[in-house]
Amino acid sequence: MGISGEIAQRIALSRREFLHAATGAGAGAALFGLAPVRAAASSLGRKAVVVTFGGGARDEETFMPEGQENIPNLLKQLIPQSTIFTQVVNRGILGHYVATASLATGVYETFNNFAAVAPENPTIFEYFRRDLNRPATDAWVVAPSNGFNRIGESGHRAYGPGFGAGVILPKRLLGTALSAAGEAQYEHLLRDNYETPLYTPEIAGNEIELHHMAELLKLSVEAFTAHARNLASPDELSVYIARQLMRQLAPSLLWITLHDIDIAHSGTYSLYIDGIQRTDRLCAELWNTIQNEPEYAGKTTLFILPDFGRDSDTDPGGNGFQHHRTGDSLSRTTWMIVMGSGVRENVVVDRAVESTDLVPTVGSLLGFSPRLAQGRPLPEVL
Amino acid sequence: MLPSQLKADQFSAYPPQARQIAANRIALFEGLPLAFLPLLLRELIAYDWKFPAERRELDHQLAYLGSLSAQQLADAMAPFGALHLSAELERLDWVAAPAQFSEQLTAHLWATHQIDAFRSAAIDYVHKVNASVSMPALPVSRLVMVVIGAGVDQNRYALFRKLRPQGVYFSNVDPKNGWSLLADTLAARAAAHPVPFGHWYIDGAANRPTSGGLTCISYDAMQGVRTALVNKMRAVMQPGGGGPEVLRTLLAQMRPEDLGLDGTGDKGVLTRFQVSILTEGSGTQLFSTTFVQWSAREALRRAQPVTLLARFAPRQREQSMKELLAGVQQRAVPDPEGSLIDADMGAYYTWINQQRLSGADQSSFLVWFENHNEALAISPALAHGKTESTAIDMRELMRRLAV
Repeated sequence: MGISGEIAQRIALSRREFLHAATGAGAGAALFGLAPVRAAASSLGRKAVVVTFGGGARDEETFMPEGQENIPNLLKQLIPQSTIFTQVVNRGILGHYVATASLATGVYETFNNFAAVAPENPTIFEYFRRDLNRPATDAWVVAPSNGFNRIGESGHRAYGPGFGAGVILPKRLLGTALSAAGEAQYEHLLRDNYETPLYTPEIAGNEIELHHMAELLKLSVEAFTAHARNLASPDELSVYIARQLMRQLAPSLLWITLHDIDIAHSGTYSLYIDGIQRTDRLCAELWNTIQNEPEYAGKTTLFILPDFGRDSDTDPGGNGFQHHRTGDSLSRTTWMIVMGSGVRENVVVDRAVESTDLVPTVGSLLGFSPRLAQGRPLPEVL
Repeated sequence: MLPSQLKADQFSAYPPQARQIAANRIALFEGLPLAFLPLLLRELIAYDWKFPAERRELDHQLAYLGSLSAQQLADAMAPFGALHLSAELERLDWVAAPAQFSEQLTAHLWATHQIDAFRSAAIDYVHKVNASVSMPALPVSRLVMVVIGAGVDQNRYALFRKLRPQGVYFSNVDPKNGWSLLADTLAARAAAHPVPFGHWYIDGAANRPTSGGLTCISYDAMQGVRTALVNKMRAVMQPGGGGPEVLRTLLAQMRPEDLGLDGTGDKGVLTRFQVSILTEGSGTQLFSTTFVQWSAREALRRAQPVTLLARFAPRQREQSMKELLAGVQQRAVPDPEGSLIDADMGAYYTWINQQRLSGADQSSFLVWFENHNEALAISPALAHGKTESTAIDMRELMRRLAV
């Protein structure tokens, strides 16, 4: 068994111990790699890329022995270069928009998951831009779902308008491009949420317009549309846009939300597995882009985490992989990979952390202060 | 309004049997907390359309609550009573519309971080109810047969990997007359043990010819209903149509008549079940594999049949980006290979759901790769985690299953 296999086994084992503890039995948690390697490092010029995916993937389909075939890139390429947190607990609402907003604010947001509303608490983008006096072009969100159009900027009075990130919704842009070209019938492409099919909320917020995007990314509408036709899924389109952003604008803070895995809500196991395998590949492609782009190489920290998990097979309140409705330990527990310059490689952190710890951790890395966030910086990667 | 303010005439819109039960239990209902009673009423309001097994369970539950002393009832309800509910929830008409209250309560519990406390209270309560009930003996040990893989010629996917530890994997099955044998087994059990809603046949395509005494549903037979439902959903989800909240209410209120089905009499029990499959099951409207898995789950959970034959058929392929850009598929293109993987997982979930029912330790389970040589059998008469590669025909396989 290679290093990647050992780590996968360790993650699965420690997750089982943790879940056992969460349901009443005792179990210890180990902590590796506490010593900071660059506590005094300067944050000047540093960049962060955060990849979340809505539609958590369970251990059975990823880190358990039978699931490892689905994540070869994570196991063999990324994890050996990363510090991985094996127990990231989400104690908030397990809906994708509200949970992703909670990741972005560091506070468990409580708004209606299916409403196109701004987070109540300041987002990571607002802290970043206000504290570091960064321009609008330095913080971006790429998200596939139309419901995510308000995630770039909160409704908080001390932050909010003028401090948020630009939001690109590639599927929406594509719909606009097709509409402009007179091509009808793109309703299915705009399917926002696999859990609530056909949902297409009204758009308002910092969402970028089609021709503005074309201008910023130096990408013609025709080229964008033509490229989209050759991609396999909406997430591939998101990664394509993210890479264009990195090449043209090189933002210091880039947030990408993937969503293909959430096809699981349709109950089709094979398509859920396809989504995991695609996400695994896209994460590796993003890491390779970071390594190959001069603006990013050597000064970027990459965070990869699902927003939460999915229900266990045995909880009678759920239907296994299909949903995340029970609130059981498996649906609340996921993992996070942190890698890049200065981050210890091949380190496994077994202690339980919370998904709200992400924003304070990025804040410590980049040098801003998320003063209203509930989480705590993770010393293992600082 | 709080439960302590209940009056019998508030149940006037309930169907006859449900109304009668409510009238008999008003005193009990008055003592239940708001975080609990509407959820009980959500079951009661549908009493007249429930399967016999469901009615029996609800009767048991009401009898259990009624048997508790005042202090025991207070203790049992304390975890629910400790939950903090909003004034908005109190103002809802939870007697007439308990399902809508349930949706709102769920959202409130998640938003106020009380869902874990509710979940814990619910699990504890269900354990106590189950412990208080002695289940009647089954007329015959339960048998579930699952058929997967229609349309697949060659397969490289390792089947039954989750089920293999539970039984015997047969790798050299003669598939000749396999379907006929399973259908005959179902028919024979239905004839020998004529239990209402006790013997089911669910098909992911069209139901194949069967004998009487069976409850049959199929994906193909519901095509018109599915289309009507999706059209209604689409109308609500368009801008200005109301959005997800309205959609939930619409689905919760959907009756068989709204979709062109007969909702009266004995037929109404089954047609309401069929509507629930499409309105409560995510993906059942679009993918036949999901339809079969969810139908089997709900049939086992609700009707608790002693025999179930579930056959998966190829679902339509997920649209590629090119197809998404072009609009809907002009013609549904089947995906047999992907459907086999879906069905393999669906078989595992069907076995899990079978294990949740009474008599699980005596029940038998078979999953067969249709017209191929692979099958897996689980029964008290068979070993666990074993592989048999010697040649065996379907008749002998069923005999080994001891059914």
